[in-house]
Amino acid sequence: MSDTSASAVAFVRTESVPASAPPSNAAGPVKWVKDNLFAGVGNSILTVLAILAIYMVLSKSMPWILNGVWDAPSLSACREILNGETGACFAVLSERWNQLLFGFKYPAELYWRPATAFVLLFVAAAPVLFFDLPRKLLIFTGLYPFLAFWLIWGGPIFYPLIALIGLIVAYKVFVAFEKNNFTMALGLGALSAIVIWYLSGFVGENSALLALSLEAVPSRDLGGFMLNMMLGVTCVSLSLPLGIALALGRQSSMPFIRYICVIFIEFIRGVPLITLLFVASVMLSYFFPPGSGVDLFIRVVIMITMFSSAYIAEVIRGGLAALPKGQYEAADSLGLDYPQAMRLIILPQALKISIPGIVNVAVGLFKDTTLVSVISMFDMIGMIRGPIVASTDWNGIYWELFGFAALLFFVVCYGISQYSQWLERRLATDHR
Amino acid sequence: MTIMTDPPKESFRLSMLLNDSRYRSLTLQVIAAILLALVIFYLANNVATNLAALGVSISFDFLGAPAGYDINQRLIEYTSQSSNLQAAFVGILNTMLVAVLACITATILGVFAGVLRLSNNWLVSKLMSIYVEIFRNIPLLIWILVIYGVMTVVLPAPNAFRGDDPSASMFMGISAFTNRGVYIPGPEFSRIFGETGILSAGIGWLVAIAILVGSFFGARIVNKRATRIQEATGVRPATLATNLAIWFLPLIAFFIITGLTFVVPVLKGFNFGGGIKIGAPLIAMWLALSVYTGAFIAENVRAGIQAVSKGQTEAAGALGIRPGRIMSLIILPQALRVIIPPMISNFLNITKNSSLAILVGYADVTATLGGITLNQTGRAIECVVLLMLFYLIISLTISGVANVYNNSTKLKER
Amino acid sequence: MAEVAKMQVSDEVAISIRNMNKWYGTFHVLRDIDLTVHQGERIVVCGPSGSGKSTLIRCINALEEHQQGSIEVDGTLLSSDLKNIDKIRSEVGMCFQHFNLFPHLSILENLTLAPIWVRKTPKKEAEELAMHYLEKVKIPDQANKFPGQLSGGQQQRVAIARSLCMQPRIMLFDEPTSALDPEMIKEVLDTMIELAEDGMTMICVTHEMGFARQVANRVIFMDEGQIVEQNEPEEFFNNPQSPRTQLFLSQILGH
Ligand SMILES: Nc1ncnc2c1ncn2[C@@H]1O[C@H](COP(=O)(O)OP(=O)(O)OP(=O)(O)O)[C@@H](O)[C@H]1O
Ligand SMILES: [Mg+2]
Repeated sequence: MSDTSASAVAFVRTESVPASAPPSNAAGPVKWVKDNLFAGVGNSILTVLAILAIYMVLSKSMPWILNGVWDAPSLSACREILNGETGACFAVLSERWNQLLFGFKYPAELYWRPATAFVLLFVAAAPVLFFDLPRKLLIFTGLYPFLAFWLIWGGPIFYPLIALIGLIVAYKVFVAFEKNNFTMALGLGALSAIVIWYLSGFVGENSALLALSLEAVPSRDLGGFMLNMMLGVTCVSLSLPLGIALALGRQSSMPFIRYICVIFIEFIRGVPLITLLFVASVMLSYFFPPGSGVDLFIRVVIMITMFSSAYIAEVIRGGLAALPKGQYEAADSLGLDYPQAMRLIILPQALKISIPGIVNVAVGLFKDTTLVSVISMFDMIGMIRGPIVASTDWNGIYWELFGFAALLFFVVCYGISQYSQWLERRLATDHR
Repeated sequence: MTIMTDPPKESFRLSMLLNDSRYRSLTLQVIAAILLALVIFYLANNVATNLAALGVSISFDFLGAPAGYDINQRLIEYTSQSSNLQAAFVGILNTMLVAVLACITATILGVFAGVLRLSNNWLVSKLMSIYVEIFRNIPLLIWILVIYGVMTVVLPAPNAFRGDDPSASMFMGISAFTNRGVYIPGPEFSRIFGETGILSAGIGWLVAIAILVGSFFGARIVNKRATRIQEATGVRPATLATNLAIWFLPLIAFFIITGLTFVVPVLKGFNFGGGIKIGAPLIAMWLALSVYTGAFIAENVRAGIQAVSKGQTEAAGALGIRPGRIMSLIILPQALRVIIPPMISNFLNITKNSSLAILVGYADVTATLGGITLNQTGRAIECVVLLMLFYLIISLTISGVANVYNNSTKLKER
Repeated sequence: MAEVAKMQVSDEVAISIRNMNKWYGTFHVLRDIDLTVHQGERIVVCGPSGSGKSTLIRCINALEEHQQGSIEVDGTLLSSDLKNIDKIRSEVGMCFQHFNLFPHLSILENLTLAPIWVRKTPKKEAEELAMHYLEKVKIPDQANKFPGQLSGGQQQRVAIARSLCMQPRIMLFDEPTSALDPEMIKEVLDTMIELAEDGMTMICVTHEMGFARQVANRVIFMDEGQIVEQNEPEEFFNNPQSPRTQLFLSQILGH
């Protein structure tokens, strides 16, 4: 050990290191700039390049934005106002605001309904996103889907109400029996819901509740950013339970169930969403009974839900795998059965670990809702590419519209991912 | 769980199907299989009834029939008289082309942005965060349309390059950026392979690639030998010059022998001729996929580098490893292990996202097989199934490669 | 040293293992295990690492399956009948080396979970029971904290209380103190001694020889999947028969 010669060791300092200068006491902005922007030649070059890039972007975009025209009936009128100067025609946004948000077919006098649903969405989502809020608010979250459905589609309140009552009864039945046997409770719950829905068929025909009705709007009249929001929120919520089931199935000790789940997940993850949307638009109707005429919105929801559930399943599988084996063993040794162990011990922890991943999937999915414009649905992008740019008034306008769409998506997606990071930090310091 | 007790005292009872661990999982699986079979039967029955009502049946004969449409962007011979199958092939090659191009540029961009994001230059690292956040949080579809817009709306038409006082000029005199696409000098091998024909050029490039592969193995042999010598004597022989020679000399020699020349595009009539034309749709897809995925890769690269803790650097330094070698011996292998798996899944995403080409009229497989062919023949089920099959094969191949890589580099630890 | 009374052992058989064998794949972990544990007996299992101690007690709780032989707990045969497994698990409590508390539940919820869901005890009763056992392990004031906020010793005592809440007739311990700092070991051992004084049937894998001397009726030495030697603690420590036992004891007592 002792006779380490210089040739055996690749790098040995032979001379002493010259004493470095004592640390300068200088502080404040000058030092900061020196340390962070001009530390060394390479660093300075980078800084100059960065400043140049920023200048180029700003010098082009700022006059265009600041000089923008907000009030004009058409592109030519807007160009007249600009009179040859550079400037954006944001007038298209103010003029087509409602179309961008609600599509071009949704009745104008009913815009308040989706707008209300949109505002209420925040109330409904709040208790899910922020654990500190009173748990009682979750009741509203439970009611929200039915309320939002009624507001957006209209029709008699009877149908969403009966659906809700059926589910509440099913839930009550389930809770009453779940301690005895999970599977039985689930079955009884489903049965009671079906009975209620079936019975309601007799009551419904001449019920006074049918009278309490909003003007109905067909699904094909939905459009604009509202359609993106609806697809995003619906599909993510629906795909969560499906994703959990798939993840559990993939972890199952039963080979048949495991293979089915693996095949489903790998298949969905192996094809682009657009092919699944093709399935929704041209193929899926073949799978329904003849004459059932399931509308495009529902078919798209089905396919996007399948799509995101596969991705969510993979995220949750990661969460399940991250749990120490001891948790399963402790649950087993206490005598909990599989549904109990999953519901009470494993899933609460696995889901918590998975939240950031799930939020990522949700952001991705929300961005992907723009793909429906390819199968000629008029979401926000569909509206821009179709009715707005094709109109005689605004033919030829481009950047303002896409810029606005980009901004809107950025705000939503960036907001959600910031939330996810906040949550991740919070969970990391959480004792639970 | 099966616990065998000997001797088995009890005979079979029906309740054991659910209460006995030997049979329970089998019972559940049989029930699941029956339910699945019922669902499949129901769906298949619906399809059959619906198809019968329409008077059509599933058939793949249309693949052999003439496609009847033209494709501008193509890598192999194709005319409107070619079959739908050939159209699909043109599409597949185009998908691969844009995917490979975008994978390369996205990786370069992503690695740059990821490393720069960790730069101690405040301005640069902030700029890179802005790049990452902006591109990650806006749908790819918007980026494709915006870049396509830049290509077609902002760039000048080819005839702007004409006349004595053209309003547009060629970039460095050799490339032209027009709203129909970008024209760049095209390499041609003037000697051995003849002057024309994409095929001969193709062979030339194949040979060039083969030479590169040969160089790769040659370099490996040299490096292995260097390692052996190092293990034996403790001193690593200098290999830089040998390596450079192995990589570049054969290639340069090949180019000189075959007479590689670059043909510069020139304006002929209303359009440019000569050189290589890269259509606007291809460029839009390529750039959009690159910058969008580049943002994701940048994040992975940053995470990978940060994951290799500072302690590793210090430990290596304490062992007396030369500072310059710490990066290549300690940090990089570990960072790569973190970076590469998400990188592969990003490549997969690029391939799948290239299906958005249909938006800008780039003739990838979704646009040919799933777009025009589907619409013209009305063979919805067949086309969509084939399309999904294609993507599935690609995905499974790529994730197979990823698995092999993961298994080969997995840290041997419990 | 307050010797735990050794006369509480009854004739009633609590666990009877006959000719039990277990393999992991082709690896023969447990060989021909024969063991009878009487009600109220306290057994300490020791042996070198990898000798199959954990595997043995995990088989008793059906956390691992055995391939040959029979295990009978309180007259219930551990077979593939899930009802028997449930019955045995509700009568056998288990404490793990790493506590395995449920980190997302408060201490009280950790304790009441199994009584509520498995024994179907009303919540209020379950909470009273939980508080009773928390007092027994001397941490009633921590009831509303979360496991992550407790020290290791406290966590292990909670884990013991959690098992006790199911009111088991038999307790299994798998190295309950080996993940603990020395000063925390004592508080856990004290809890276990108290449990022994109450007459609980215990099988305890541990290398705490002081504990074995003080509490055990019998010490079992395992090596390579076999029970090599078993004897009363005094006899076992002072006069080991097998050379392997002697070697093992010289190693752990030698320093
Ligand atoms: N799941 C498993 N698969 C395969 N082999 C296993 C498994 N679990 C344990 N073993 C092996 O079985 C043998 C006995 O393991 P066991 O955990 O029972 O030992 P132990 O006596 O408890 O050791 P320690 O004192 O280290 O806890 C060991 O050699 C171990 O490697
Ligand atoms: Mg052990």
